[in-house]
Amino acid sequence: MNIPFTAQLINMCAALLLLIAFAMLSQRRILSLINLFALQGLVLSVSTAVVAYTSSQEHLYYSAGLTLLLKVLLLPWILHRLIRKLNIKWDVETMFNIPTIMLIGLALVVFAFNLAAPISHMAGTITKSTLGIAMASVLLSFLMMITRSKAVPQVVGFLAMENGLFFAATSATYGMPMVVELGIALDVLVGMFILGIFFFQIRVAFDSLDLKHMEQLKED
Amino acid sequence: MEIFWVLGIPLFGGFVLAAFGTRRYAPELNSAMSFCTFAAAAMLTTRVISSGPFSGWDEQFFVDAFNVFLVALTAFVGFTTSLFSRPYMRIEQHHGKLTVNMLRLYYSMYQLFSFTMLLALLTNNMGILWVAMEAATLTTVLLVSLYRTPASIEAAWKYFILCGVGLAQALFGTILLYFAAEKILGAGGTALLWTHLNAVKTQLEPTVLSLAFVFLLVGYGTKVGLAPLHNWLPDAHAEGPTPVSAVLSGLLLNVALYAVVRSKVLVDGALGSHFAGNFMMGFGLLSVVMAAFFLSRQKDVKRMFAYSSIEHMGLMTFAFGMGGPVATFAGMLHMTVHSLTKSAIFFAVGHAAQKSGTQLMDGIRGLIKTNPTVGWGLALGTLAILGMPPFGVFTSEFMILTTAMHAYPWTMPFLLVALGVAFAAIFGRVQKMVFGETSGERLPHPPALIPVFVHLALVLLLGLYIPPYLAAWYRQATALIG
Repeated sequence: MNIPFTAQLINMCAALLLLIAFAMLSQRRILSLINLFALQGLVLSVSTAVVAYTSSQEHLYYSAGLTLLLKVLLLPWILHRLIRKLNIKWDVETMFNIPTIMLIGLALVVFAFNLAAPISHMAGTITKSTLGIAMASVLLSFLMMITRSKAVPQVVGFLAMENGLFFAATSATYGMPMVVELGIALDVLVGMFILGIFFFQIRVAFDSLDLKHMEQLKED
Repeated sequence: MEIFWVLGIPLFGGFVLAAFGTRRYAPELNSAMSFCTFAAAAMLTTRVISSGPFSGWDEQFFVDAFNVFLVALTAFVGFTTSLFSRPYMRIEQHHGKLTVNMLRLYYSMYQLFSFTMLLALLTNNMGILWVAMEAATLTTVLLVSLYRTPASIEAAWKYFILCGVGLAQALFGTILLYFAAEKILGAGGTALLWTHLNAVKTQLEPTVLSLAFVFLLVGYGTKVGLAPLHNWLPDAHAEGPTPVSAVLSGLLLNVALYAVVRSKVLVDGALGSHFAGNFMMGFGLLSVVMAAFFLSRQKDVKRMFAYSSIEHMGLMTFAFGMGGPVATFAGMLHMTVHSLTKSAIFFAVGHAAQKSGTQLMDGIRGLIKTNPTVGWGLALGTLAILGMPPFGVFTSEFMILTTAMHAYPWTMPFLLVALGVAFAAIFGRVQKMVFGETSGERLPHPPALIPVFVHLALVLLLGLYIPPYLAAWYRQATALIG
């Protein structure tokens, strides 16, 4: 089977994304987690640019640039600043059963591929085979949020989920209309600022960023 | 042009109040901004009634009978809530719970929150609808944690994460919708416009749309507060300031349900089956039953009424899921009366909690004795929300139940038992709060109860007599949704 070079490039990016998603799932150091998130953004931006080049979709170049600016530079910078100010730069999270989490992750990937299969058949884009991977990385970020008990890793998981969704949009449809993409980017940015404020509020109220302390509000 | 004013005034108001929110006249400024929004919404409504639906700005915005009624309702309740929050927030400040800077944040975010809801209602673009829903979460999350107590921060965090994850599902649903639409309408800006999608809905790929609807329902359903995705709702309502609980319950949940119904119309067209309706009925019924049984276990008064909101949102989702002219009409009527009644109840509850110094129902006693208006407001509001005739909630619930009895008789035991349990749980508790002995003191500022009685009077009016133009208007909207 003869696959054009650019398509191979996109497939490789997709594979890298999945790999990074698994790496994030098992990463216990907060600092490395943020670096992985930046790397994921970079891969995303490159793959978007390649899709833009092969499909000659002008607006995808802009969204690749936007991704680079927002997810590789701005958000990781904010996160780095936050963890420095909160003095949790070298925090290591205690997580149990990393192998079990990885196995659940594998099952999720299989599930995502099955779910995406009927849609991938219909996609006319050159990137159609990557829809399953996009869905898998959304689900893996979801799993990551569930398994973490600290505030910052949960937020990184949340942002990684947004990355997965963005990849789904480019791989299935060559990206959403520009106005929508700008709106989503604005929401993510504002959300990040609000979360930043939140970290400090949580810290003042609970003396820690560990969400295990949050158990007042429960149904008896 | 009216659309511009409806959206422009609250957006501008958000920035003005961020600048002047610490001044003494900030509460009045907030009410004035909300009043101007309401006036603009009234103008928009008269225009739609007289000259029919229209769109603007390259079809990016769109007004028809269905969304204009929600725009009018949102602007009205937004205005009355701003009136209520004026004395309420002064009393909170008097009690030392809020500082001037927190109030500035509150006023500014209140206006921006109104803006995001109106944007969600007026936009024609399903992508912008998502952006506006997410922005509505972002603007309210800092309001829920306004008091900075550990409990309120926990509630706000839960709200942020659960709704954020939920809305991420809705974004995926929107992407799938775009994926299906792009094949028919071509890539670019127009493929997500609801009016265009509605025109070609029969040609959209059914398998993709059914998957998209599941994601959209789960996503926006999280914001509607449908069980089992409702966990954020009671916490956010109980821990946030009362005006925020009133607008969350009365308005935001409606807007989220609006998003679900808009998606349902497209999916129904593509599938030609009752697939979407079945899903909505299932989620709705589950919410009604689950909320009713949680109601009886609550100790906090705002939490109890939050569960009552879940119950009523479930009932509306169930009604829209059944479809057909009567159920859809009843669903829209229920949206209106629930929004008016529930915000009135929260106003009364807010003052009652301030007076007693606690939100726990055991600590609230004898309202009729010290503040008769608060007591009567709460008593009448509770009777209204429990579906007692002659209030409007009775009319809409009666219509929903009779339709269900004809079309889906097996749902009857669930609905009737749930409504009965809810009645017993709420009525017993409110009675003790309203009557009984107390040693409490009066409030330092006179409470704002005009909004409570205006809302209840409107609900009573809707129960006794629906004006013909209003009925015609609902019917037009019903025809649109089908």
